[in-house]
Formats: sequence, C-alpha cells, structure tokens
Amino acid sequence: MTTEHLLKAENLSLGYKERTVIEGLELTVTPGKVTAIVGANACGKSTLLRSMSRLLSPRKGQVLLDGKEVHKTAAKELARTLGLLPQSPIAPEGITVTDLVGRGRHPHQGVFSRWSAQDDAAVASALEATHTVELADRAVDELSGGQRQRVWIAMALAQETDLLLLDEPTTFLDVQHQVEVLDLLTDLNRSRGTTVVMVLHDLNLAARYCDQLIAIADGKVHAAGDPADVLTEDMVRAVFGLDSKVITDPTSGGPLMLPIGRHHMVASAAGELPEHRS
Amino acid sequence: MAWFLVCLGILALLVVASIAIGTRTVPVSSILSALGGSDETLDEAVIQVRIPRTVLAIIAGAALAVSGAVFQGVTRNPLADPGILGINMGASLAVVIGLAYFGMSNPNSQIWVAISGAALSAIFVYAVGSLGRGGPTPLKLALAGAATSAALISFVTAVILPRGDIAENVQSWQIGGVGGATFERIWQMLPFIGVGLAICFLSAKSLNSLALGDDVAAGLGEKVAVARGMASLGAVMLAGAATAICGPIGFVGLVVPHLCRLLVGPDHRWLLPFTALTGASLLLAADVVGRIIARPAEIEVGIVTAFIGAPFFIYIVRRQKVRAL
Repeated sequence: MTTEHLLKAENLSLGYKERTVIEGLELTVTPGKVTAIVGANACGKSTLLRSMSRLLSPRKGQVLLDGKEVHKTAAKELARTLGLLPQSPIAPEGITVTDLVGRGRHPHQGVFSRWSAQDDAAVASALEATHTVELADRAVDELSGGQRQRVWIAMALAQETDLLLLDEPTTFLDVQHQVEVLDLLTDLNRSRGTTVVMVLHDLNLAARYCDQLIAIADGKVHAAGDPADVLTEDMVRAVFGLDSKVITDPTSGGPLMLPIGRHHMVASAAGELPEHRS
Repeated sequence: MAWFLVCLGILALLVVASIAIGTRTVPVSSILSALGGSDETLDEAVIQVRIPRTVLAIIAGAALAVSGAVFQGVTRNPLADPGILGINMGASLAVVIGLAYFGMSNPNSQIWVAISGAALSAIFVYAVGSLGRGGPTPLKLALAGAATSAALISFVTAVILPRGDIAENVQSWQIGGVGGATFERIWQMLPFIGVGLAICFLSAKSLNSLALGDDVAAGLGEKVAVARGMASLGAVMLAGAATAICGPIGFVGLVVPHLCRLLVGPDHRWLLPFTALTGASLLLAADVVGRIIARPAEIEVGIVTAFIGAPFFIYIVRRQKVRAL
C-alpha cells in the first residue's frame, strides 16, 4: 500500500512580479486524507497548489515533503511521489485515452528505457479505477467533459504517486459529473490510501468530500481542520464577505452553507432553519 | 508498423524514379552501368550527377520535416515550420553575409554560420511572438515569423545586389534546390544532421509531455525550459545544416508532420521517424516533379514545395482547431 508522506508549507510567501499573493503561510496536509482548499477568487489557492508541486518557487519560506524542500528535489524524483493535475491541461488533437494515460508514466521512464510490463499494469489499473476501460481506444477530443476529466485523473493515477494535487477538478462539469469525480477521488483515497489535496470552489461539496478543510484569506490560512469546525457563518463572512446560514446537511450530516443575498429571502429565514451544531 | 513499410516502399520507388527520370532521357542500360560506377558516356555521367542529388534530397527532406515536427511540438503551434518561423531565412542571411563580406566559401564553416543564423532568428521570432497578451499564440508566432522572413529576404537581396561576383553563385542556392549536390558537400553536412536527428529523437518523450501543457509536463517531472531548449537546438541544427547546403526550402516542415499525425497519431516516438521518412519522400518527389514539368528546363525544388505547401498552410489556418495542438 502507499506510504504516508508529510507535506507542509513553512512561512511560505508567493507572488508574481510585484504582486504578493501568499504571505507567511503555514500549512500541514494530513497524510492519507482528503484535503480541500477553499477561498475567494484570486486569493492564491491555485498559486499555493502550484508551489506545493514545485511549479512556482517561493519568495520566502519553503514547502517540505517528508522534511525535504520540494524546490531542491529533482523534478522526476518528486514526480514519483507527488502528482499534479492542473486546471486546464491540454490534450493533443487525436490522442487516444490509452496514449494520454500512458504519458503519466513519464517520471518512471528514462530517455532510453522502453515501455515495460509494469507501465502496462499501471495504465490498466488507472483505467479500471476511473471506469474508463471502455473508453481506452477512443480519441480524447470525442469525450464528454466528465469522461475527459476522468481520463485526466487516470493519467495522474498512472503516475502512481502517493500524493495527488488537483486544481479545481470539477470546474466546467455538470453537477452529476462533479459528484462523480469527487466520489472517484474518495474511492482512490480509501482504496489506495492516496493523499488527495484539491482546490475547490464549491464550499458545500468541499465540506462534504474532505477530511480537512482549509480556508485561505489574505494570503494566509484563515482556518483549517474538520469541515464541521471550519465551515461556519463567521468563516464565510470573513473569507468570502458573505452573510450565510450554516445548517446540518440532511443527506450527509455535515455542514451545509446557505448564502444570504439581498433578494428571495423569507422574513423569518433565520428562525425557521435548523441551527447547525457549533 | 504497416504504414512504416508503406512509406519505406514509396521512398524506394521515388529513389528509382529520381535516378531514372530527368530532363535528359537515359536508356536503362546506361543507368545500370552508371550505377556500377562507370561515367564514360554522357548518359552515364548524367546518372552520376543524379545519385548525390537523390541522396541530398532524402537527407534534406528528412531533416526539414523532423525540424518542423519538433518546432510544432516545442511551441505547441500547428503553424510552426522552419520556413514560416523565419529560421531558414536567418540561416540564409548568415550564409550570404559570410559569402559577401568574409569570402567564406568553405562549406564546413558555412554550416556553422547557417546554424548560428538559424538559432538567432529562432530566438528573435520567439521573443517577438511572445510579446503582448496571451504569450506566443500560433498566429502571433506565424506573423512574427513571416514578418521576420520578409525583412531577412530584403536584407539578403540588399547584400547580393551590389555584388555581381557572387550573385550568380547565390541566386540558385537562394531559391532552394538540390541540383548542385556532390558527395563531398553531403559528407560535410552529415555530422550536423546526425547530431540534430539524435537530439530530436531523444527529445521525443519530452515532447510528449510538453504536448499536455507546461504545468502537466512539469508535474510529470519534466524540466520544461531545458527540454524546450534542447529540442529546439536539435531542430535548429537540422534546419540550419539543410539550409546551408540546399538553400531555404519551405513548407516541408509544415506539411509532413501534419500528414504523419493523421497516419500515426500524436506520439512523438512514432511521429518523428515517420516524419523523417515522409519528408524524404516529399522532397524527392518534389525534385522529380520539378525536373519533369518544365522540360527541358528544371524548376528548383524550393518552388515546387511552395506550390504544395501554400494551399496546405491556408487549410491549416482555416481549420477550427488551429489552437488545439
């Protein structure tokens, strides 16, 4: 089974040109669990994910994987432990599902090494885990959005990393495909022990599907921990600048955030909704 | 695999055609005796000229096509081609300047100069094409390349015009042709082509990762900038060396990789060898056609490829998925 790895950020500062996005951030990803990172647009959650996967060098501080700085780790070595699925990956025209998933084997191959039985096994198991076996010979450009996202996750799985970082894996998907992708990631976490870290913009889905919820605001971690403790009316106000009601989700038993806007509100809304345990 | 044999078969047929067909009709008996090494009769001597010409067309075609495929992979740009990106013209200008001002007629130094010129114009076009919003988009790169090419062509003309002594020498070379091939020159370019091809083929896996976008490639452990630079170096060497010997031949690097992608898909480990084979066939075919259609004169191969390539270029630009490489 997978070994557990400790991924943490220490006093991390990140930015582009003059703009500082993250400043003095401290964060520890719980090993073997599903972590969701939420925050307002442009709060730096994607930037944080890029830095944790070595794509962006920190201005100050460091990202540590098992005590070793990721930015000083060899690219291929890191890529065998930590995989990344960015927000808008590009599928070359005409590429088949099998070919795309096979490219996830890159960090396990040298310049001269040939495709091995182990590579075949990894691709087969990735296709199976993502229920894309029947799509294997199809061209990726013919697939629906949900199918395509499953194929990209399969590629990341073929990389066989113990940690998987995903940047908004549910964007542009219909709600049923959002749930499908998040169910799939939960399956992977439970069956393979893969540590999953994902940036999500849907607070309620994030709270339902993660073990550790991290809310980012002002370049720092505003709150981190069990979703029931983190997703509160105060947090939503502080992080998103939004008034809301947090109740108990009747389907999952976890917290459910209902936004309060200026319209379509019943006068007694506050009183009639069941209060969430706090 | 079957396609590989088909392409090899086509190339073999074209080799036969290239040796047998020309502006002068030569009987089979003379062809055979010439292949045996004899060059006593005029017919046999004609064949002796066609042999290195055929070899050069194969090498240059393969080099230009692979160079185009690698540039398309490195820039993720379906319009990339050493001709369109202004790289061949950069090599040309460097060679012409060397000829005109430094009396440089040694082919070996010409190749070095051509590769340097190719590299400089590649860097320049990429820098110009990356300016502004959205970075180096396919269209911006193609426009920067076309503009640079046009400017370089006028520089070449400006250098040659006042120099009657080298004009004749340069003119036929400048159109792009394989007619003046000798085995001596082929030997001189061979090491550069060999190293260039080796670098390109060894970059195949990196190109496969780069095709998925820079972030995915980096996530797969690819050193994106290093991989780009390395593959570009190989492609520049191929384009520069081919241009030094044959002059600027356009469109082979554009057309061939697209055709091959239709046949074998986007995996560069397959695509690059196929591209080499098909590029050799295309240039050889273009050369044979150029010898036939204007008898008793010849049309240089660079003009024939432009006739094939220009409509293809328009087709690619008009296709909807132009941004989706």
